Amino acid sequence: MIERAETSVHQAHATGQLPRAPAVLELCDVRKSYPGPVEVLRGVDLSVPRGELLAIVGPSGSGKSTLLHIMGTLERPSSGEVRVAGHDTAALSDRRLASVRARTIGFVFQQFFLLDGMSAVENVAHGLLYAGVPAPRRHAQAAEVLERVGLAHRLEHQPAKLSGGERQRVAIARALVARPAIVFADEPTGNLDSQSSEQIMALLHDLHAEGHTIVVITHDRDMAEGLPRQVEIRDGAIVHDSGGA
Amino acid sequence: MAEPAPSRLLPADILRVGSVGLRTRRLRAALSGLGIAIGIASMVAVLGISESSKAGLLATLDRLGTNLLTVAPGQTFTGEDAELPAMATSMIGRMRAVQGAAQVKTTEETVRRTDKIPEEETGGISVLAASPKLRATLGASMSSGRFLDAATARYPATVLGSVAAKRLGITRTGVNVYLGGRWFTVVGILDPVTLDSDLDRAALIGFPIASKLFGTDSSPTKVYVRTDEEQVEAVRRLLGATANPEHPEEVQVSRPSDALAARAAAKSAFTSLFLGLGAVALLVGGVGIANVMVISVLERRSEIGLRRALGATRRHISTQFLSESLLLAACGGIAGTSLGALVTAIYASSRGWSAVVPPYAIAGGVVAAIAIGAIAGLYPAARAARLSPTEALRTV
Repeated sequence: MIERAETSVHQAHATGQLPRAPAVLELCDVRKSYPGPVEVLRGVDLSVPRGELLAIVGPSGSGKSTLLHIMGTLERPSSGEVRVAGHDTAALSDRRLASVRARTIGFVFQQFFLLDGMSAVENVAHGLLYAGVPAPRRHAQAAEVLERVGLAHRLEHQPAKLSGGERQRVAIARALVARPAIVFADEPTGNLDSQSSEQIMALLHDLHAEGHTIVVITHDRDMAEGLPRQVEIRDGAIVHDSGGA
Repeated sequence: MAEPAPSRLLPADILRVGSVGLRTRRLRAALSGLGIAIGIASMVAVLGISESSKAGLLATLDRLGTNLLTVAPGQTFTGEDAELPAMATSMIGRMRAVQGAAQVKTTEETVRRTDKIPEEETGGISVLAASPKLRATLGASMSSGRFLDAATARYPATVLGSVAAKRLGITRTGVNVYLGGRWFTVVGILDPVTLDSDLDRAALIGFPIASKLFGTDSSPTKVYVRTDEEQVEAVRRLLGATANPEHPEEVQVSRPSDALAARAAAKSAFTSLFLGLGAVALLVGGVGIANVMVISVLERRSEIGLRRALGATRRHISTQFLSESLLLAACGGIAGTSLGALVTAIYASSRGWSAVVPPYAIAGGVVAAIAIGAIAGLYPAARAARLSPTEALRTV
């Protein structure tokens, strides 16, 4: 299945027909094991074309968190190839990998991870901090993105003064502010009530419609069903890929 | 594909990021900064107070002049107490570089508040015959009344030193004291005499009345000599021979300002002791900062994880925590320096000195604080940088 998907992408490149956009993220036979030995990922192949919205779904312990960390370049695989926005991560030093994260990857976490003592707009501006963007420009871009996620009226609010849904919107804005090639959302609705969850998912759909590439990592099958492509992972291997079929 | 440009943290942002922890945990930051501030304040205050006191003494010296010499009889060749010739003072007064000379002579008399007080209770006050020029020669000032003059020197009138007046319970002139079995009128009270505190515990009377009532001779027990500023040493060398041409070796010449200068120098010994204590306080403050920073790193694992996810390198993380520690210590240092300067100013003004805070104390205080901050921040910063991003993000 997956091999076929890969092949089709490569063929598309070769023939110049481009039925699918070029891959933003490519994983080829990615394995990860920890001393023990515990093999958490067992040969994962995955290709995510530009502008796609997909779910990586699996029960807890299936290896999806490790997969997220490897896709997000927070961790290196034991073997296999990971290419993010064309960069072969194995060839990059830790410093260059940090740069890849700063410029091409956005993260949205279940726990939001907003910094206390900073306003919403300052939190979002932090998404550009390590890209070397000067403060006034960071602030302007952050305000713009907050407006896009519907929080124009909450720019100067502290995270503690925001609802859970609003906090996750701030976190999404922070992930988007550097205009990354790909956004990873790890259980983005895990800490939210059903209404806020729906709103967040609607926002992700809207962002996808605007051309953003978004990978949602979740254990929630229902939520995954609502996304255009589902990749199911179990025991460290992909067992189903609706996009690859 | 070309390698991506490295992550960058602009210099202005280092300060901004370093202050995040301080802004969000203000009380903790203030308390740990206080530790450093106290250490620095005590060091700056010790240096400031010691310098101010030195400056105060030197100002006193300047005011009183360093050109005062005293001449006193020493010992004879056979070890007996020598005497100065009666003409000593007038001979010294005729020296070219001498601006003025005045003498005192110790008497055997006692002074008491009234004749009802037993004779033994002298209160440690001595009765001295003094020449009228004594006040001007010493540069002493009157607390009240006036000094002896040619007229009052011939009558039963006395001028009390500051301590003597206090011990006798006398605060104004015009009252009588019982001196050598006679009633003497207090015509003046002296302010403390810095150059010769013996005079503070004395009742001064004129030579003529001393001679008339108590048979005091005019061989002086001490001669005060005011010389030209530039000629002090020259006069000093000649004083022995001038005061007692027959036995110049029986004459003791000293310079009271030397004692004051020695006192100014002696203060430095205490200064180093207190500086040592200040350094200990500073060290404790530094340990406090290190402690707070280590706790901060533990508490802020998720923030570290987030920053790594946002593209921070290990170096950016260690820079953040190091700059936080430096900032904390620098704030403590600046607060401590100001506090130390304030304490110096208050103490100096209470003593009537002009406040002197040496620039090296200010610079040293801030630099010491920053150095302590750097040392205290190194380990926590390295620990924060070592944390793997995935581990940091998992800890919630």
